[in-house]
Amino acid sequence: MNTYHIVVCAGIVPDPLQTLEPVTTPAGPALKNEMMLPAVLDPWSAHALYEASNLAAHFSGSKVWLVSAAPKAKLQQVMMNIAQKASFELVPVDAPANGFADAHSVARTLSETIESIAALDRSSLLIFGGWESASRGAGVTMQLVGEHLAIRDQFHGVDRLTVQPDGSFEVLERIEGGRHLVSVCQGPPAVLGWATGNLPEPKNNPQVGMSNMRTIMPALQKAKAGCLPQNVRYVSVNPPKQQRLTRVIKDRSPDDIAAELADWIAEN
Amino acid sequence: MSASTASSITPVERQEMSVDIAGVGFGPAMGGFLTTLSRRLLNEDGAPRFESTVAPGMPLQVICYERADGLGFGVSGAVTRARGIRASFPGIDLSQIPMAVPVKREKLVYLLDPIGASRRSVVFRVTDRLLRMFGRIVGLQDHAIELPFIPKFMCKDDGMIFSLGQFNQWISEQVTSSGVVQLWPGMPVSEPLIGNNAVCGVRLIDQGVNPDGSPTEGFVPGMDVRAALTVVADGPVGAIGRKIDAHFGLPHGHAQREWALGMKMVVELREDSRLEPGTVLHTIGFPEPEIFGFLYVHPERLASLGIFIPSWYCSPVRTAYRYLQHFMLHPYLWRYLQGGTLKSWGAKSLQESGLRGEPFLAGNGYARIGEGSGSTNVLANSGVDEAWSTGVQLAEAIVELLENKKPFTRENLEQSYVRRRRESWVDKESKAASDARNGFQYGVIAGLIGTVLTGFTGGAVSFGPRSRRTVKSLQSFFASRIPVAEVRKLVEECTKSGRALHDRLMDRCGWPQIPFDGKLLITHQDALLMGGSVQAPSGYANHAIFSRPELCRKCETKLCVEMCSGQAITRSEEDVPAFDREKCVYCGACLWNCEHENVEFRAGAGGLHSALN
Repeated sequence: MNTYHIVVCAGIVPDPLQTLEPVTTPAGPALKNEMMLPAVLDPWSAHALYEASNLAAHFSGSKVWLVSAAPKAKLQQVMMNIAQKASFELVPVDAPANGFADAHSVARTLSETIESIAALDRSSLLIFGGWESASRGAGVTMQLVGEHLAIRDQFHGVDRLTVQPDGSFEVLERIEGGRHLVSVCQGPPAVLGWATGNLPEPKNNPQVGMSNMRTIMPALQKAKAGCLPQNVRYVSVNPPKQQRLTRVIKDRSPDDIAAELADWIAEN
Repeated sequence: MSASTASSITPVERQEMSVDIAGVGFGPAMGGFLTTLSRRLLNEDGAPRFESTVAPGMPLQVICYERADGLGFGVSGAVTRARGIRASFPGIDLSQIPMAVPVKREKLVYLLDPIGASRRSVVFRVTDRLLRMFGRIVGLQDHAIELPFIPKFMCKDDGMIFSLGQFNQWISEQVTSSGVVQLWPGMPVSEPLIGNNAVCGVRLIDQGVNPDGSPTEGFVPGMDVRAALTVVADGPVGAIGRKIDAHFGLPHGHAQREWALGMKMVVELREDSRLEPGTVLHTIGFPEPEIFGFLYVHPERLASLGIFIPSWYCSPVRTAYRYLQHFMLHPYLWRYLQGGTLKSWGAKSLQESGLRGEPFLAGNGYARIGEGSGSTNVLANSGVDEAWSTGVQLAEAIVELLENKKPFTRENLEQSYVRRRRESWVDKESKAASDARNGFQYGVIAGLIGTVLTGFTGGAVSFGPRSRRTVKSLQSFFASRIPVAEVRKLVEECTKSGRALHDRLMDRCGWPQIPFDGKLLITHQDALLMGGSVQAPSGYANHAIFSRPELCRKCETKLCVEMCSGQAITRSEEDVPAFDREKCVYCGACLWNCEHENVEFRAGAGGLHSALN
């Protein structure tokens, strides 16, 4: 029976349903009042966590670590929401809130943190993470983490991982045109940047939560300080905009409405 | 047929977990309780002070479940004297909490009706006419008069303005970072576990069910969490508090009859705003004389503003959202608000019976704290600090019982917790305030006079109690303004179209249309979308149930529809209101606005989430 050591790299983001407003601070661009906004585990990373938890549940002896670089107080809040959903050991890095962190700095911090986990066995190591980010992904962080760790087998935009009887695994990666690329990997170590996967959000399980929290709080108390992006100059930033134009319109055909929507999307 | 939960259809096997103390609901009361308790659970060397009885060798297991998906989703812009809160944080500047600021300027403002649509009694009309006649002398400006003083009993000029969402978030960070208690948001508690005249824990909500409560493929029965002590702090419409009341009853002579719906917005004021952070405005007189309003100014050009619709306002269509918009558009306030942007919106029910509605504060295995325990001071209109203080009192009592190795029996809790509460300023001031609202059952003028009399005499003089004012029929309430036949026609039209009746009636009574600007003046549905996020995770049952449809069919007014803060309850052609969980902000107004007591308001997931409220 295979066993896996799965490290999930997961950022936190302001709840995407809140209004995000960019501001310029002495430390560079940031989101206005980011520390006041409720935070969630980046939805792409959350899929990776649920996939990791599911994989570990099927292979006895496997274990999941969650590595996250974020402000400790916000991370603590997010843990209260996700720790009831999956078993994991948190490895936190207390990093400042920064909506526009440089992917290279983040990847370096994450890979150094992963290397510092004493119990990890490279021969069973799978690095999971989000292929993208809900609010500020550069789309390269997981790839850079893999390069720092010298892991050559990398898969991005993953929707499914199936372990074969011989220990290899089949991976479905999203490619253009709504199709998947099917690859077979001999085994760990590998990096998998997940798309949405196929699993629903797990139900809350209070026993899992209580068990997780016994290690999460001590880990947070001992969290090492993380990085700040250095020597990076931001030319411009463009967070997603929330735009609403509400009108009451009667007696228009669906075609007209669709055409207007298409024009509006094209304009914006 | 009424809906059934999965567990009531067939008995299911439930997982069990045991803890020492289980808390329900995270608000100011639970914040006060856990802040105080968590500081006393460790010795100076960091070793646990008390051993768990359910997990020998482990520290005391304390857990708290909150229904909402986060701990910072309280709906209130609070101005409070913060006596209890300050006492819990000596030496800490509370203005470090985001959006918090000390009160600097407090005013009571009488708003005249600039439109002519408000339902004003003769006394109000005469007062308005005299004020307009002598406007220059009395300082009338923008259809409003700033009263020269605020009665001392209302005054909070030594207090703090908080965003309760940010306050709760800050408190939760302090509490959880101690590592000795666990807080779990997103986990509604469906019912107390009651046996042998004692509460022995709580049952968590079933997951993986259809809206009608029937199990789906992913059905996970709610776990039973057994606890030596259950701390109930789930607010005025919380399922656990109400089920405990239903089982054990209320103390003789007590009743929870007085309610209000508070609806608010957080507004980012325009850049040249002249409103100073720390400004507090209390208003009376508009949009209706029965509706009181407020505006509190936070730092960074943010302001909380809102109105209260009381249960003694006998309108059969007493709505809130449109009244809130007319309130904002009053010239006295609009001069500040024009050009502002909505940042957040919310609504909640307030239990305004005070001491008269106090339940049993403790019983075998349970204790009640906060607003649901009748702690709100109905004279000072103050609830946050009182709720906090009841939590502190319970925590001190629990530590005393733990130190003396006494069980959490009714007798022990009464000698420790209830005694502390009775001896505290919270109870003494509540007693003085207990009859302050009686006058409102006679009318708004009598109510104001009664409040002033009670306040100035320390509760010695007040109006006597009177039976609750009932909501008038549509025909009777609008008799002087709209012909009966036209009211009937409007009801029929709204039933067919699903539109809100109050809007049509307000139009007909001369209230002008709202000039939507897409930023602050927006439709009710846009407020739900722009004022936070209303979430209804799948796999949970509907929580607003109309128990006996035949009663709904007979009900003409359907106040549940008109008062629904999120327009989640709508008229349907079957004459039984339709409920859309995806719009419910969990304010609980439907519960107390149903005159037939036909709404079952269960524990539910989701609701409105905004951390700015």
